[in-house]
Amino acid sequence: MNAAKKLLLAGLCAIPVLTVAETTNPTLPPLGDSWPTYSGDYSGRRYSSLTQIDQSNVKHLTLAWTARLKGGMDQGGGLLAPPGPPQIVGGEATEAVVTGGLFSSDAPISVRGAVLQVNGVLYATAPDNAWAVDAGTGTVLWHYFWKTKGGTHTANKGMGMYKDYLFFETADDYLVSLDARTGKERWHKEIESFPEQYFSEAAPIVIGNHVLVGAGNDSDEPGSLRSLDPETGEVQWKFHTTPMNPRDPGADTWPNIEASRHGGGNVWVSGSYDEETHLYIFGTGNPSPAYGSNNRKGDNLFTCSLVAVNVDTGKLVWYYQTSPHDTHDWDSAQTPVFVDGEFNGRPRKLVLQAARNGHFFVLDRVTGEHLLTKRYTPWGKWTKGINDKGQPIRDPDRDPHVGGVIVNIDGWANWPPPTYSPQTGLFYFRGYESYGILYFTETDPRGAMGMGGTARGGQVSLGTSIRAIDYKTGRIVWERPFETGEGLLGAIGSGLLTTAGKLLFGADKGANLVAFDAENGKPLWNTRLHGVSNAPETYMLDGHQYVMVAAGDMLYAFTLY
Amino acid sequence: MANLERNVLLAALTVLAMALTSGSLAADEPPAGAAKRNPFESHDFDRPADDPSAIARGKQVFSVNCAFCHGSDGRGGEGGPNLLRSPIVLNDKKGEIIAAVVLNGRVEKGMPKFNLPMDNIADVAAYIHSIKVGAASNFTPRMVLVGNAAAGKAYFNGQGGCTSCHSVKKDLAGIGAMDPKTLQDLIFTGGGSGMLGIPSPTAPPRTVTVTFPTGETVNGRLVNVDDFIVVLTDAEGNRRSIRREGEAPKVEIVNPLQAHLDRVRIWEDRDLRNVTAYLETLK
Repeated sequence: MNAAKKLLLAGLCAIPVLTVAETTNPTLPPLGDSWPTYSGDYSGRRYSSLTQIDQSNVKHLTLAWTARLKGGMDQGGGLLAPPGPPQIVGGEATEAVVTGGLFSSDAPISVRGAVLQVNGVLYATAPDNAWAVDAGTGTVLWHYFWKTKGGTHTANKGMGMYKDYLFFETADDYLVSLDARTGKERWHKEIESFPEQYFSEAAPIVIGNHVLVGAGNDSDEPGSLRSLDPETGEVQWKFHTTPMNPRDPGADTWPNIEASRHGGGNVWVSGSYDEETHLYIFGTGNPSPAYGSNNRKGDNLFTCSLVAVNVDTGKLVWYYQTSPHDTHDWDSAQTPVFVDGEFNGRPRKLVLQAARNGHFFVLDRVTGEHLLTKRYTPWGKWTKGINDKGQPIRDPDRDPHVGGVIVNIDGWANWPPPTYSPQTGLFYFRGYESYGILYFTETDPRGAMGMGGTARGGQVSLGTSIRAIDYKTGRIVWERPFETGEGLLGAIGSGLLTTAGKLLFGADKGANLVAFDAENGKPLWNTRLHGVSNAPETYMLDGHQYVMVAAGDMLYAFTLY
Repeated sequence: MANLERNVLLAALTVLAMALTSGSLAADEPPAGAAKRNPFESHDFDRPADDPSAIARGKQVFSVNCAFCHGSDGRGGEGGPNLLRSPIVLNDKKGEIIAAVVLNGRVEKGMPKFNLPMDNIADVAAYIHSIKVGAASNFTPRMVLVGNAAAGKAYFNGQGGCTSCHSVKKDLAGIGAMDPKTLQDLIFTGGGSGMLGIPSPTAPPRTVTVTFPTGETVNGRLVNVDDFIVVLTDAEGNRRSIRREGEAPKVEIVNPLQAHLDRVRIWEDRDLRNVTAYLETLK
């Protein structure tokens, strides 16, 4: 069977209802052999059913291959190196600027997002760059480079796939669709306004014939989730996360429509999808202006919320706000994780989130009913407790102040993906404990704009940790602490993976990829890669289970021989 | 959005700038108004500069026709919205989108029509596009001084436990020469870390003692430690990387700034501001 045909079939297997997606349930198999979407499957769990690598043999895990991913225009191998892969160049800019993902135009390539694995081919991204890589050998098959107009380049979170079409977002706000077999561009469509300072880095999520995209914005522009047609890129529906009109739901949680139209709530991390109810559930970003909140009095819906929309219609079904009137830039964009399990003695369909405000939430994902809130941090001075809806009550005295307030400036959790293992019943995520002084510097009574209005003062990190939470109680069952690590990645950390081999894979303070005992966090295997940059993944190929992770511009795959 | 990465990068740049300038925490001081928006953000989204004479003409036209409602800096005024975040303004290039609003007004919102020539509108657009967000703040480090010095003195000598390491007559004599913001940041961190809590290049070093199962010990300055390795520089200046397996060898770390680390969860904002006010009196 030729590769193209194999690929096509793989696409069909992944989404078996392509032609009638409107009327039947688009489904993905439980996470195992392949990795066809951002979290591996739609559940956000990042739990693989693969068992070849387990607690008894993980210490024998060994390097299978490495791949170095070159960005920008330069793909030449030189005299002593093999020739580079075929290169495809697109983009709206006239000049080619290499932008690897660390903001500045000459930063190195950093793979931070999900790498898809479909039928033996890996599809990886960094800002402005995409690659196909042979999953068995690490050979780069093609490279696509996007000439960017600019914008914030931090972390491209990966691709989405439909049939043999790939989709990824660019920092200057396009959705690019590629032919997976060749890397050739099918089309690109503008998904947000670059002059309005949006930057697009989320992984598109493909559900049936919907491609769901969102963007970030650190100015004062509103968030939205859009659904595009995978064939044409035409917009099917658009859901605004803040009210655009006075009669829109949530408008009464803003002082006026001018405030809510500039209210943020951006959709910069992908959500999870419930195949039974057709609900796409995602988290929203901070309200805007982030710190100076005088001109946005009220709860500011639907910022800092978990939001459920029907994927067929784009209509709101339920919402739950985890941080009413946030004043600390504590997004609730973290991946919602679906669990089908017992809660208070009855089986329920749940959604879990460890939010950036330091609280762990459990909701019924069909109805949005709140079931549990538990603070997972040792410090909670910014709250006055939990209200009757389960929401933390912010203490306005801890808002940014000209005299300085002590607060966890960067938040207690962030976007690096969490994981949940049904074997242990534990939810795992990386938490941060870093206190700093936040000064309110905006003296203009009209208030700050965007992320402005504050200065950071002295900051002390007490480290990061991987925490394992019992979802039924919110109790931290175990916690593995790390110092704030080497360089920037050590402070941010990367995401996690669990497998049916009772293993938890993740980085420590940044240098090591570690396999932990999922029951108690004990390290069972490690390898020093320096700067582990994405969440580890696993897949099956030709009878071998692979564990793969990125560290900057390198991919590493491990297996057992 | 605001992702940690962005913050991390900005922080790193600040730390880098700090290291490049004086290596002291004092260089962390943002100049008045400068901390409002990160430089990269505006750089990333910068539009090409317009002709300065067009900007000057536009400013004049704006001040006569627009400033009363939209503010002299475009950030909103008597009833008019903030123009600097308006999608109409942001998507406009040379007045082509703004013109429709100026010429037709927004009668339903109380904005009249302005019968301005297209040249004038293009100049006004150039002026609005030239306004840098964040130029409005008058913040100065002196404003940080809001605490009560007497209460700060009591905390310093009592509950704060500061006198177990510090003396206002010795190491802290004259510390009030520092501006209040720099001083307050230093009280909090002890000088051990910069943005994001990343260790500062000027931090006093941590020391480590490694004890092997044989009883042999190695001492030195701690370079790096994780669950699998401890790296130190010994008294002779040799770098040693020692493998760790569980509890062996035993690793004991002493951080001279531990008291500052232990206090970060305990601090109340009020106490910190008061201690700052007290130490500011030590001229």
